[in-house]
Amino acid sequence: MTDVLNATPIRVVGSRARFVDPAYWILNLLTAIFAAIWFFPVYWALATSFKTDDEAVKKGINLLPEGLHIDGYAFVIQNSDLPIWYVNSIITSVAVTVLTVIMAACAGYAISQLRFPGRKILWYLVLASFMVPVSALIVNHFIIIADVKLLNTYAGMVLPMLISPVTVIIYKNFFDSMPREYREAALIDGANEFQLLFRMFIPMNWGITTALAIITFIGAWNSFLWPFLVAQNEKMMTVTVGITAVQDAFGVAYARTLSGAVLASLPVALAYLIFQKKVTQAITLSAGIKG
Amino acid sequence: MTKNRRGEYLVAAVLVAPFVLIFGWMFIYPTLQMVQLSFTKSPLIGAGTWVGFDNYVRMFGDKLFWTAIWNTSYFVLLTVVPGTAAALAIALMVSRLGGWVQSFVLAAFFLPYILPVTVVYLIWDWMLNVQFGIAQFLIEPFAGKRVNVWRSAPWFMPMAALLTIWWTNGFSILLFLAGLRNIPRELYEAAALDGGTRWQVFRSITWPLIWPVTVLCLTIQLILQLKIFDQVYLFAQGGRTQSTMVLVQLIYEQAFQKNSSGYAATVAVALFVIVVAFSVLQFQLLRSRGGNK
Repeated sequence: MTDVLNATPIRVVGSRARFVDPAYWILNLLTAIFAAIWFFPVYWALATSFKTDDEAVKKGINLLPEGLHIDGYAFVIQNSDLPIWYVNSIITSVAVTVLTVIMAACAGYAISQLRFPGRKILWYLVLASFMVPVSALIVNHFIIIADVKLLNTYAGMVLPMLISPVTVIIYKNFFDSMPREYREAALIDGANEFQLLFRMFIPMNWGITTALAIITFIGAWNSFLWPFLVAQNEKMMTVTVGITAVQDAFGVAYARTLSGAVLASLPVALAYLIFQKKVTQAITLSAGIKG
Repeated sequence: MTKNRRGEYLVAAVLVAPFVLIFGWMFIYPTLQMVQLSFTKSPLIGAGTWVGFDNYVRMFGDKLFWTAIWNTSYFVLLTVVPGTAAALAIALMVSRLGGWVQSFVLAAFFLPYILPVTVVYLIWDWMLNVQFGIAQFLIEPFAGKRVNVWRSAPWFMPMAALLTIWWTNGFSILLFLAGLRNIPRELYEAAALDGGTRWQVFRSITWPLIWPVTVLCLTIQLILQLKIFDQVYLFAQGGRTQSTMVLVQLIYEQAFQKNSSGYAATVAVALFVIVVAFSVLQFQLLRSRGGNK
């Protein structure tokens, strides 16, 4: 690519110059090709999921399915626990999302707006915990959850997934930037702190709440290691964990296997495609860049 | 006044209570328990016996531990710099586009990032299937024969790295795009007036101004990839896992397959120390640059 860049003596940027600039079109073409290659595995999974199992393993490269067969989907839905796993995933992901966002908003508000003993320590703990690898804690999470007899339960699955210092940090920073006059005026009018939080601070930062909720949901839906450890009973698995069990049970039946994979990604893929801007905002914020 | 104060404390206590409770129970307590556990010989469930530094002595002499350290480092090496470079290149491509074309192309690059790891595993398991995988059409001319990638030691890590880059790069791409958008347009206009070539413009404007984001991406990726487990575990399933063992996988195997949670906790402490050390380094880097909150 640098060669292309180097070989271009023609000046660019001016909008009229662009259209006569071959490098402009070459770069566009390269971008398109590269994007197509990058997206291909996703396309290939989709295409395979609409084939029949025999068609999927036919000789040669068959880029298009012969027809839109939904046999794979029908089979997975009827012959595996996928519908149950789906329900499990929805319940746990929604619970993680709602609880994480509410807890983080409340804690972020208190740390940002209120003065209380231990506030500084709490804030530093939150900042420090940002660095700690949660995957190092899996053994102890398991022991703790087993101790309180919550293995194979929704509660046991959800609890360790609720630690999200980043969400607190983002809320605190957003609440910090709210003008102090609003708060003072509302207090003089006789509002209490809870009304301030739920009627003013959260509604005025509604955009960030939805962005954080979407990204938390995606993260919860996709999490693998913890649900994989805690749900030993097949009926308690999430869909993310379960689809590999489908694969083991089906043997070499790739159309079926990939139908399961497509179904498992559907909610998160849709969440991204519908809320593209929000997802982008939440990700750049979580990395500390103002989005 | 004091009544007011006490009221504020009370409100604050109510607001932080749920978070503090979960934070203490699911974060601080397990962290401390992990350290304590690492000094014991314990089964996964049940009481253990105190053995002092035995587990640590064992760890430093354990060949498998060093294999895991080596494989984790190798994986980090294969993903962090190449992945970040690819992300920058893609971001530069995407940033040239505008309007719906840009959203469309960005979505093509970003979509893999939001897929669950098991879906990524199933897609690539299919793509690379030794008999029917479409990617074998690329591998065959290159290697001279079809390769069962996940059962072949020299292929395993590079391929795991490649698909990890494919999977997680969307994150870095977004950060780079945000960074590129923050570079003032006037700089490019001035450069155009001065007749700079694309390469000169990149070298003297884009590269230095995007450098802080590059450092951020590199460190985030580094810390993320040190915790590699899911992909390696899924692809190594059913084969011999020892030669491709990574750190988190060693923790998992010791605790959940060998029922030896004391030693697992010791390895977890090692991972913990390594990740925190790199995080502190990252924090220092960011702070020395001045104020990225």
